[in-house]
Amino acid sequence: MKERGIGVLLLATALGALIALGLITYFIFQAGVPLIAKVGLWQFLSGTEWNPTAKVPKFGILPMIVGSLWLTFGSLLIGVPLGLAVAVFMVELAPPRLAVLMRPAIQLLAGIPSVIYGFIGLTLLAPLIRATLGGPGLSVLTGAIILGFMILPTIIAISEDAMRAVPLAIREGAVALGSSHWQVIIGVILPAARSGIIAGVILGMGRALGETMAVIMMIGNSLNIPVSPLQPATTLTSNIGLEMAYAGGDHRQALFGTGVVLFIFIMILNALATTFVRRPATSRRSA
Amino acid sequence: MHIVCSLPPYAATPRRPSVRWRYLLWLALLLLTACGQDQSGLTVTGSTSVAPFAEHLAEMYQRAHVGTAINIQSLGSGAGIQAAIDGVAEIGMSSRQLKPEEAAKLDELVIARDALAVIVHPDNPVSQLSLAQVQDIFSGKIRTWKAFGGPDEPINLVIREAGSGTFSAFDELVMKGKQVTTSALRQGSNGAIRQVVAEDPNAIGYISLGIVDSSVKPLTIDNVAPSVAHVEAGSYKFVRPFLFIWQKNHTFSPLAEQYVKFVMSDEGQQELQKLGLVKGAASR
Repeated sequence: MKERGIGVLLLATALGALIALGLITYFIFQAGVPLIAKVGLWQFLSGTEWNPTAKVPKFGILPMIVGSLWLTFGSLLIGVPLGLAVAVFMVELAPPRLAVLMRPAIQLLAGIPSVIYGFIGLTLLAPLIRATLGGPGLSVLTGAIILGFMILPTIIAISEDAMRAVPLAIREGAVALGSSHWQVIIGVILPAARSGIIAGVILGMGRALGETMAVIMMIGNSLNIPVSPLQPATTLTSNIGLEMAYAGGDHRQALFGTGVVLFIFIMILNALATTFVRRPATSRRSA
Repeated sequence: MHIVCSLPPYAATPRRPSVRWRYLLWLALLLLTACGQDQSGLTVTGSTSVAPFAEHLAEMYQRAHVGTAINIQSLGSGAGIQAAIDGVAEIGMSSRQLKPEEAAKLDELVIARDALAVIVHPDNPVSQLSLAQVQDIFSGKIRTWKAFGGPDEPINLVIREAGSGTFSAFDELVMKGKQVTTSALRQGSNGAIRQVVAEDPNAIGYISLGIVDSSVKPLTIDNVAPSVAHVEAGSYKFVRPFLFIWQKNHTFSPLAEQYVKFVMSDEGQQELQKLGLVKGAASR
């Protein structure tokens, strides 16, 4: 009897999550699509001018799309090599005691609120970049470096799991053939854990794409299309976060429209991540 | 050869049938009832520029009248106007003139006026500009400080985002229809602009005169320095109203009436002027 009650409760909870997702989807689209239809989808996506409160308002979100891409790939450029290196170190090279210490430290990195990261970017990194490389300091580069660190825990945790899941047989086979430890890592472990690593990278990418608060603080929020990493930019999320409080009418709808675009971006990323996670660690007929 | 794969450790955890989910239900119920408790206070919502001043006066009022709850929400002029129209908040705050369609639904009271100051870093050798020069800088026509006798460094613009009262006031009063260049940094509050300008020797921005402090340098424009005296004399032109707004034909709650009276009293007005605002008398 009790088991059954728990079962029903769990089912209700699970359905609740689904319903919430459905409602969010419906609400965002219902609030955002009318304006996209009014402006025209292509005009909305490819317009380079964002001036929602002018007498002749302009709703072009291309600068934000470009800004999001810059920032996302910039942060991957920093986060992926660093994250992979840490994961390889923890799985293959670190003495067990050190690995035991490192894991909670990295989890702690994930627990730091994003506003703290933003604050560090704003007060430490931005002045440094302004003094050494020029530009206003609040820039794509500042944001990408800090975001790169913010996505580290995701990338490390998932690629570490993937590498630990590589069957011992494969590794032993490689060693038996006379490979050095380094050759085993590069030639066997990494390729075998590839799909897990890619999934980790995609999830990190989702985190970078979705980050808002820290980004608002660090990248300057200008409406130009950035052509250099030292220039400021705006992302899809940061523009919503910055302007939503003030927006009414078409302006508000346009921000929801931005949300629709972001929603689709994230959906595509998640779908990619799931397909990579589902694929078994070694897709070839081995062992 | 027998190989053991390393499995993650969550494979075998013992099941415990006696979960205390009933307590969880009680907890949820408790939380729900806690949410139902409502403080019958006054909500004043809107402009981030007006909010600090309204908050200051609300604190003074509440100190004098213990037990009253005045809740000031700093959400922006647009949100304040919308909340007043919808009746979500009894009083809204705006730091820009109402548009005709808004004015049709709302009554307004000018509680004070505020000047916009154009500010630069204290180390910047430039200390005065003409209006046309300010327009040229913000529209991106002039891009380095060299043109004004400063160093050969790029000018970093810092502005507010679309929808904020400060943004529309600057647009209206200073730019007069000229477009601000897209490469300008945008910050979410006057305070954030002040911080960025205070840290960047090449920056220029605009903020409320009321919150200018020694970390930044306000510029003299067309030979008139931004000051309360010049605003009152009418010689400094970049002035906007700080408004309290409410639904047309609305009857105030006792607390709202008392609070508005206090804001407009000599004591309240003097306090606002001490904070750098200007009397609202000569408003349109």
